[in-house]
Amino acid sequence: MSILVGNETKLAVAGITGREGSFHTLNNRKYGTNVVGGINPKKAGENVEGIPVFANWADTVAETGANTAMIFVPPPFAAASAQEAAEAGVELIIIITEGIPAHDELKLYNKVKRDHPGTRIVGPNCPGILSPGKANVGIIPASFFKEGNVGVVSRSGTLTYQIGNELAQAGFGNSSIVGIGGDPVPGSSFIDIIELFENDDQTELIVMSGEIGGDAEEQAAAYIKEHVTKPVVGYIAGFTAPEGKTMGHAGAIVSGSAGTAAAKAEALEAVGVRVGRTPTQVAQIAMEIVGK
Amino acid sequence: MDLLEHQGKQLFGRHGLAVSDGKAVTTVEDAVAAANEIGYPVVVKAQVLIGGRGKAGGVKLAADEAEAREHATNILGLDIKGHIVRTVWIEAASDIATEYYAAVLLDRGAKKPLVMFSSEGGIEIETVAEETPEKLVRDNVDPLEGLTREHALDIAKRGGADEDVIEGVADALLALYEVWIEEDCSLAEINPLIVTPDRQVKALDAKVTLDDNAMFRHKENAELGDSANADPIELKAHEQDVIYVKLDGDIGIMGNGAGLVMSTLDVVAQYDGKPANFLDAGGGSDAAKVTQAIELILSNPAVKAVLLNIFGGITRCDEVAKGLVEAFAQLKPTVPFVVRLDGTNDVEGRKILEDAALPNVHAAKTMDGAAELVVKLAKENA
Repeated sequence: MSILVGNETKLAVAGITGREGSFHTLNNRKYGTNVVGGINPKKAGENVEGIPVFANWADTVAETGANTAMIFVPPPFAAASAQEAAEAGVELIIIITEGIPAHDELKLYNKVKRDHPGTRIVGPNCPGILSPGKANVGIIPASFFKEGNVGVVSRSGTLTYQIGNELAQAGFGNSSIVGIGGDPVPGSSFIDIIELFENDDQTELIVMSGEIGGDAEEQAAAYIKEHVTKPVVGYIAGFTAPEGKTMGHAGAIVSGSAGTAAAKAEALEAVGVRVGRTPTQVAQIAMEIVGK
Repeated sequence: MDLLEHQGKQLFGRHGLAVSDGKAVTTVEDAVAAANEIGYPVVVKAQVLIGGRGKAGGVKLAADEAEAREHATNILGLDIKGHIVRTVWIEAASDIATEYYAAVLLDRGAKKPLVMFSSEGGIEIETVAEETPEKLVRDNVDPLEGLTREHALDIAKRGGADEDVIEGVADALLALYEVWIEEDCSLAEINPLIVTPDRQVKALDAKVTLDDNAMFRHKENAELGDSANADPIELKAHEQDVIYVKLDGDIGIMGNGAGLVMSTLDVVAQYDGKPANFLDAGGGSDAAKVTQAIELILSNPAVKAVLLNIFGGITRCDEVAKGLVEAFAQLKPTVPFVVRLDGTNDVEGRKILEDAALPNVHAAKTMDGAAELVVKLAKENA
C-alpha cells in the first residue's frame, strides 16, 4: 500500500488553466495519476489537453466522482476553493498555493474540521504527495523516486526532494512522500501523517523532516513515544539560522520551547528518534537501521 | 511585518481600544511643538522594533519644554542595539494605578486564536509564565464563533483584574481581538495595559505583527513598519518578492524553498564556511527573478563566493540556468560560483550552463559536494 494517494485517486484540480497549474497537472497525469477534471468558472466546458474543465467543485464531483482535490489558485481565493471542495464531498484536499493569509487557513481548518470531519487537508504551501509507481499529486519531481519501504513526511518542499534523493542514492525507495507545508496552520501535522505510515504495511521506516519555529516536531516526538513502533529518523533544518525576527515574546510562550533546531532535535532524540545533522546523514542513519 | 508602537496604537484606536493622545515626530523642533500642544507632562518614546527601550534611555518623562527638548535631542539618533531612532512618539503622560498584560495571537499547536491576560503586567511576560503560570490566563477561542463578551469577562476575572475594572478589561480584550481579526495580525500585544487612578483601562504600549500574506486586503497598512531601519538589500529583496536575510559571513547563498536554504546554510557551516545571506528565491522562479536575486547577493561586498543550490519542483532548472547566464552577461561577476541543479528540467539546465561555459562557474553533483567546494573557493578568494 501507500498512503493518501494511489491507484484509487481520482484527481481534480482548481486552477488547472493557469501556467503552473496546467504544467504540473499534466506532469501528474503523465506519471499515471488519474486526473478526471479541473475547475475554472470562466472556462467551464473547455478542456486542458482532454481534461474537462467545470465551473465549480459540485459539478466536478457530480460529473467525475473526483475524490482528491488539488488547489492551485492564487492566495486570495485558495481557501474558498478548498472550502468548496470540502462541501462538494471531496475527502482529500491538497493545497499547493503559497502565500495564503494565516487567518484564512485558520478559518478553513476549523470550518472543515467542524462541518466535514471526514475530510483531510494537506498543505497549504506544500509540494503535494507522491506514492512512487502509483500516483503523484502536486509538484514533486517524481523521476527521482522509486517504490519502496520508506515513508517521508516534511514541512519543506524542496528539502523533501533533497532528503528523498539522498535516500534514493542510498538505494531506498518510498511508500509515500508527503509534504505537509511550512505555513502557520497546516491542514495535516506530522502526527497525522506518521499515524498513517505506522498503519501502512508497505512502510518500514519513517523519515520526518522539520524546521525551526512552532512546536510541531516536539508534539510529534511525544506522539512517537506513545504510539509508533516503526523506526523514525529525523532531520531539522535551521541549526545555524539567525533567531526569529518576527515573532514577539508571546510566540515563545505558546510553543513552550524556543522553537530552535537544537530544542527540536533534543525532543526527538529523547524519545529514541535519531536525528541526522545533514540530509546525507539521514540516509546514512536509515542504512544503519534497516540496511538495504 | 512588525509595527512600531505608534503604528500599533493607530490600529488600536481604529477599533476603539483606548490609547493616550500623542504625535509621531522626526525632529526636535516638531517634538517640542507636539509636547507644547499636548500639554505637560509628556513622555518621549523612541520608536524602534526592539525591546529594552527604557533601559537604553529611549523612554523619558518631560515636565516642561526644556526637558522635552533635552530628551528629544538625546533620543533622536540614539542607537538602541543597532536600531537608530528616527521617530519619537510624544504622548500625554499617564498616571498608573495598576499594570496588566493582554495579548491575542495564533496558537499554532491548537490551531486556534489564543487570548492571554494577566494582572502581572509591565514586566517580561516570560517571567510570569515561568515563575507564576497560574497568574497568566491562556484561553483558546473558536475562530468561527469569535470572542464572546461572557468569555472576555471570565478571562478578566480569572486573570486577577480588580473587581471594578473587569468590565473595562473585557472591553479592552474584545477590542484587541477585533484588532487581531480585522487587521490580519499574527500578534497583538499590550504590555502594560494600565488602569489609571480614575479607573480607566488604557493601552500604554503596543506590539503588533501583521501577516504579510494578507497585505493585499489592507492597502491602508502597506506603508507601516520600520523600513528606515531595515537592511537596504533586504528591502530591495522584499520589493522583488524574494526572501533575503543578511548574515555576517562571506559565502552568498541562493536556493529555492526556505527549508532547503536553511539546510544549505547548515551544511555550509558543517564545512566551516560562513554564509553571507539567506536567499529563498521561492517557487516558480523565472530567469529574470534569478538574475535579480544574483544581483542582490553580489550587492553585498563581503561575498567572496556564491553557492546556488536548486532542487527544482515548481522551479525549473532551465529557468535558473538562463537567469544565471543573463546575470553573468549583465553583472560580470568576479567571484567564483558553485551551482548544483537537480529536479524539474535539470538536464536542460545543466546543458545551458555547459554550453555557456561561464567563467569560474563550477558544477557540483551533490549538496555536500557543492558546500565543500564553495567553502574552499571562498577561502582561496578571501
